[in-house]
Amino acid sequence: MASTRSSEFAVGLFVMAGLASIAYLSLQVGGLNYRGEGGLQLVAHFDDVGGLTTRAPVSIAGVTVGQVRSIALDEYMRAQVIMDLDSDLALPVDSVVAIRTAGILGDQFLAVEPGAEEVVLTSGEEFSFSEDALSLERLIGKFVNNAGLSSDDP
Amino acid sequence: MRARLETLGARTLDGIGALGAVAVLALQIVRMGLKPPYRLRRWVDEVLDSGVRSVLIVCLSGATVGASLSLLGYGTLSRFGAEGFLGALVGHALVRELGPVLTALLVAGRAGSAMAAEIASMVQTEQLDGLRMMSIDPVDYVITPKACSMIAVMPLLYGLFVVVALLGALYVGVDLLGVDRGQFLSSLEDALNFREHVAQGLVKALAFGVLVGLIATYRGYTSEPTSAGVSAATTGTVVTASVSILVCNYVITALWGI
Amino acid sequence: MSNLDDGEFRVYLEDVDLQRGQRTIFQGLTCGFPRGGISVVLGGSGVGKSTLLRLIGGLVRPNAGRVFVAGQDITRQSESELFRTREYLGMLFQGGALLDSLTVFDNVALPLREHTHLSEADIAGEVGRRLEAVGLSDVDDLLPGKLSGGMSRRAALARAIVTDPEIVLVDEPFSGLDPVNLRRIENLLVDLNRRLGITLVVTSHHIASTARMADQVVFLVDAQALSGSLPELLEAGDPRLMKFMAAERDADTQVAAIAPESDA
Repeated sequence: MASTRSSEFAVGLFVMAGLASIAYLSLQVGGLNYRGEGGLQLVAHFDDVGGLTTRAPVSIAGVTVGQVRSIALDEYMRAQVIMDLDSDLALPVDSVVAIRTAGILGDQFLAVEPGAEEVVLTSGEEFSFSEDALSLERLIGKFVNNAGLSSDDP
Repeated sequence: MRARLETLGARTLDGIGALGAVAVLALQIVRMGLKPPYRLRRWVDEVLDSGVRSVLIVCLSGATVGASLSLLGYGTLSRFGAEGFLGALVGHALVRELGPVLTALLVAGRAGSAMAAEIASMVQTEQLDGLRMMSIDPVDYVITPKACSMIAVMPLLYGLFVVVALLGALYVGVDLLGVDRGQFLSSLEDALNFREHVAQGLVKALAFGVLVGLIATYRGYTSEPTSAGVSAATTGTVVTASVSILVCNYVITALWGI
Repeated sequence: MSNLDDGEFRVYLEDVDLQRGQRTIFQGLTCGFPRGGISVVLGGSGVGKSTLLRLIGGLVRPNAGRVFVAGQDITRQSESELFRTREYLGMLFQGGALLDSLTVFDNVALPLREHTHLSEADIAGEVGRRLEAVGLSDVDDLLPGKLSGGMSRRAALARAIVTDPEIVLVDEPFSGLDPVNLRRIENLLVDLNRRLGITLVVTSHHIASTARMADQVVFLVDAQALSGSLPELLEAGDPRLMKFMAAERDADTQVAAIAPESDA
């Protein structure tokens, strides 16, 4: 019976170690939390989302408050972005959402600048103001064009 | 030409037949697993055999894989001054792809082959027929605990493998190469999320557990009652299981979306 | 065949055909095994003696014909019905077929643990009695791999009879045994039959023990069976049987002739 006892102990230890590893991966590394459904879901429209992807973070003053759920084309051929935000967030209706880039080559994310109105956005509503992605290519193109024009037109 | 076509046809039919037989066995296992008696004692024995005895090899391999990933990644990242992303790189590689695949390959080679060999030698020495004559269904008594323990054990071993590999990577990256510990960990935690990475790794581990458990028990159970039958079941298990793990891995990765 | 239910035959095979791949093993085989008797199945190697037992046990299904065990046609039974019919049967395999992951005690206790609600103490008592009956002591905690051939066969016999089956099938109990162990197993089998009234079906090619213990002999040859008591069969004088007997007797005398030399 001694061997039975020790084999049970080994199996128990093994199962515990395995479960602990999975828990560490899920909770710490995976950042799984139990926020669940029912958060604040807001919509924004952009002329150009650039390299924004789903699950990109949404932040206010550099603090992550949610993530992008979906990006699709709306009926006016603009990009419609739906995002999940923390449910206790009270954003004034005149808040501005902008697509920003982390560093020069980093990933793109949504930055929200809160407005000043009393009325706040509720789930399903839209941002009225949005700023498109800053396109580096377009910027350089404009710069080169301008330079070209100025040298042609002395 | 005609003979060749005929053998091809016969092979195809055999293959389809074997697939059907595996499906029937799987159904039987599910039925036996759900109905009492639950044979806790047999489960403990089988988890000991396929799980606990695989821990050492899984941990050793994990540590080495993590350490070498760290070396490899550091070499490339440091050229761009992006050593801070070492944790993210290692985490991405391990959690979704290398972790489940390598764990499953190791377990198939170590525990899967042993399982097939044990069942095949029970066929050869008439132990399974002996059970039948005692009105004990071998699928109930022998096959089900073995297959199910394999399924239960795989995610646990996957977890151990990844955590030990991350520790190995952390040791090499932080203690030997001088990456900042905080940067390593925060880039790891930022880069991975549950739904996209950890859940996918777990689903893969579970799926590979089903594959290895089914293939090992099926090959053992249907082996010829000879010494050649035992060795054919053993090698057959390792080969079939390894190939199906790799194919299944691709399918899950593709279905999960990038 | 309704008269078989309570008739003299507890096991009866009727017109059984069996093919294995291209090979015909039985063709129109008919034979019966009387209740409470010892039947010995004789025949050269490869003639299908073990297969006959596997047919009776329902481990092999015939291509045609019927097999009655305890009054039921097992060829028509589903796998789960077969498991119920097998409660009438015990089988002693040639290699013992003990589970090598369990100790001798656990092996013998296994059918009781699976099919009865006896307490562990009752099971221990029952298993102890059976092991004692086959002359095994102090082997409870050994794994079957540590037993000699004769011992594991006796342990397997204890397991086969622990649930008190009506019919016990015994596959080649004498092969590979020295004369002392052979006599011991033979006595055990005869004792089981005489004391407990168990119907025995024994395959063998050992003539001397057959002559001592058999109430009935079934001689398998050319995919069919000749049955009767040994004297009856010898009187009928089928040439194939005579040839088999002569060959086996030669082998026995040769062994006897060699044995003293190898001792010296």
